[in-house]
Amino acid sequence: MPLKTVFSTEIQHLSILNEHGKFDAKLGKDVIPDKDLIMLYEHMSVCRQLDEVAFKLQRSGRMGTYPQNMGQEATSLGAAYALEKTDWLVPCYRENCGLFYRGLPMEYILLHWMGDERGNAIPRELYMTPLAIPIGTQMLHATGLAWASKYRGEKQIACTFFGDGATSEGDFHEAANFAANLDIPVIFFCQNNFWAISVPGKIQCSAPTIAQRGIAYGMDCFQCDGNDIFAVVKTVRDAAKYVRDKSRPVFIEAVTYRLGDHTTADDARRYRDQAEVDMWKQRDPLIRVRQFLKEKKLWNDSKEAAMKERAEKAVTAAVERAENITPPNRNDFFDYMYAELPDELREQRDTMQTHSLGQDPAQIAQPVDSH
Amino acid sequence: MANLTLVQAINLALVQEMEKDDRVMILGEDVGPNGGVFRVTEGLHKRFGAARVVDSPLAESGIIGTSIGLAMAGLRPVPEIQFDGFLGPAYDQICSHAARMRTRTRGAFTVPLTIRVPVGGGIHAPELHSDSPENIYAHTPGLKVVMPSSPYDAKGLLIAAIRDPDPVIFFEPKRIYRAFREEVPEDEYVLPIGKARTVCEGTELTIVSWGASVVQCMQAIEKSGKSIELIDLRTIYPFDMDAVETSVKKTGRCVIVHEAPRTGGFGAEIAARIMEKCFLHLEAPVQRVAGFDTIMPYYKLELDYMPDAARVGRAIDDVAAY
Repeated sequence: MPLKTVFSTEIQHLSILNEHGKFDAKLGKDVIPDKDLIMLYEHMSVCRQLDEVAFKLQRSGRMGTYPQNMGQEATSLGAAYALEKTDWLVPCYRENCGLFYRGLPMEYILLHWMGDERGNAIPRELYMTPLAIPIGTQMLHATGLAWASKYRGEKQIACTFFGDGATSEGDFHEAANFAANLDIPVIFFCQNNFWAISVPGKIQCSAPTIAQRGIAYGMDCFQCDGNDIFAVVKTVRDAAKYVRDKSRPVFIEAVTYRLGDHTTADDARRYRDQAEVDMWKQRDPLIRVRQFLKEKKLWNDSKEAAMKERAEKAVTAAVERAENITPPNRNDFFDYMYAELPDELREQRDTMQTHSLGQDPAQIAQPVDSH
Repeated sequence: MANLTLVQAINLALVQEMEKDDRVMILGEDVGPNGGVFRVTEGLHKRFGAARVVDSPLAESGIIGTSIGLAMAGLRPVPEIQFDGFLGPAYDQICSHAARMRTRTRGAFTVPLTIRVPVGGGIHAPELHSDSPENIYAHTPGLKVVMPSSPYDAKGLLIAAIRDPDPVIFFEPKRIYRAFREEVPEDEYVLPIGKARTVCEGTELTIVSWGASVVQCMQAIEKSGKSIELIDLRTIYPFDMDAVETSVKKTGRCVIVHEAPRTGGFGAEIAARIMEKCFLHLEAPVQRVAGFDTIMPYYKLELDYMPDAARVGRAIDDVAAY
């Protein structure tokens, strides 16, 4: 037979709790116990509260540019919940909910966007890397971190988060190619939120799914409803087991939506229709979990009100801690350049308040007497 | 003691560091069974196995980006970028992450990696195989930039680089990979990063250089018949200004020699610092002998581009006669 099919594939999309509140009991069995679901819902609510407060802090001049997470809470949260506590989380910058779930105090994120590097001084035991600002570069770090685990014969894996736009970057290709060809246990978790600032997804990828990009590397690829916490948890949990057992990467596309602007410096009304935003507001990951909990009689308005109060308190306390931190020491931007400060930098640091930059005082000309 | 080429000295340093510390691993293009295109990693794959000497996909950003992750996890990766001209694709990872990780996390994460890169011209290589980009990296805060000019220095400096807790770019002047041999101790030893070497002492003039150009400078000094002090910087950043200052204050005259283009080259920084520190001691303007501000020509004309003993000799004469 001169012409035959040598490869064919398909991409499966997983949805368990859909936007209309319909729950697939078979697929959703044992995915999230009720008490955990309540806890996860609280996490999403606190994260949403932080987003609202952060927006106001920026508008009132108390914080710099900030990227809201609104609408995407279930993606990073579901992943962090499904992973082991020692698996690396390698985020971009819209994964607050998952990072907070893992244990990152909220003020770290606030400090980062308040222009303070101490927000990146993430405790080692949290197994997460700091926010990555250039797009897509962190996928290679995740691959390296997971590679180190494999090198040491450990079972730790890495999960790296990025958006649809990042899959256009060369580093995405290089990371996927390294991970697949060197059998590195890493999860590539794409949060397809349809917009890279103002550029729509179709300019990043003209294939029907982003998930299928992983197929070219020989990876198993999955798509799930990223606004459905059940679907995210099940997808990541199953993927993590495979990645850990087989030391192979997988690619996950979680379909979600950025309900807010790209950052506080952006105005999304310039480039997208309100009707589209309104449609996605109906698919909000918080709304469907709340309704689901209410239907199961696990939640009611008074619990919601009490939780709102807790969320407000927690966020207010985080803002206070961020704003009341001691001012940064100006020596710090020298002292952390190298393990040991080179003489030249030491001189620059020690004379920054008293000299120009390095001129030997003995050689500075004396003013000429002008009489 | 063994009489080794620069390639052999580097190979020996890699072997000894890998024997000593199982966190040290090598990755790059063709570094495995092939032993690297210059045979620098010859025998290492066989000796240490495929897990520690890794043939990577052909992707420079990938090599450095994954090395950053490996280093953040506590390993000591020694990636090889096959040629100077192919360092460009890795620049984003080097400057946006490796160089700034310690400071942007206030020490929570560090990137102890050593990037080995053959550098410079003079071996009749194809396009983009002969460049001298050291100043780009010296100008990127957070990196250390090293370039040895002899087998003895190469071994001691590479061991220092691998053990250094911060990212080091280790440039290997390919023109002198096998140009001469030198006695290199079998035992491991460390030459401190940031310390220059006085190749020869003199009183009339100072030459500051690094890498393969040091050899051209030695030839020029021999021909000149003058008492000239030659300082091999060995480390471009952080560079040993004390050694330069002491010498220039003694001689009052200075020529700086490097293969990279003149404008914005590291020679400009050294000249400015000499002005700051030694102005009242200078008997002549500092002069630079450098590559031209052109694209490195294909190899038929490469010797016209690179500073040679004759051009260094003219600078010596000019500065001495001023």
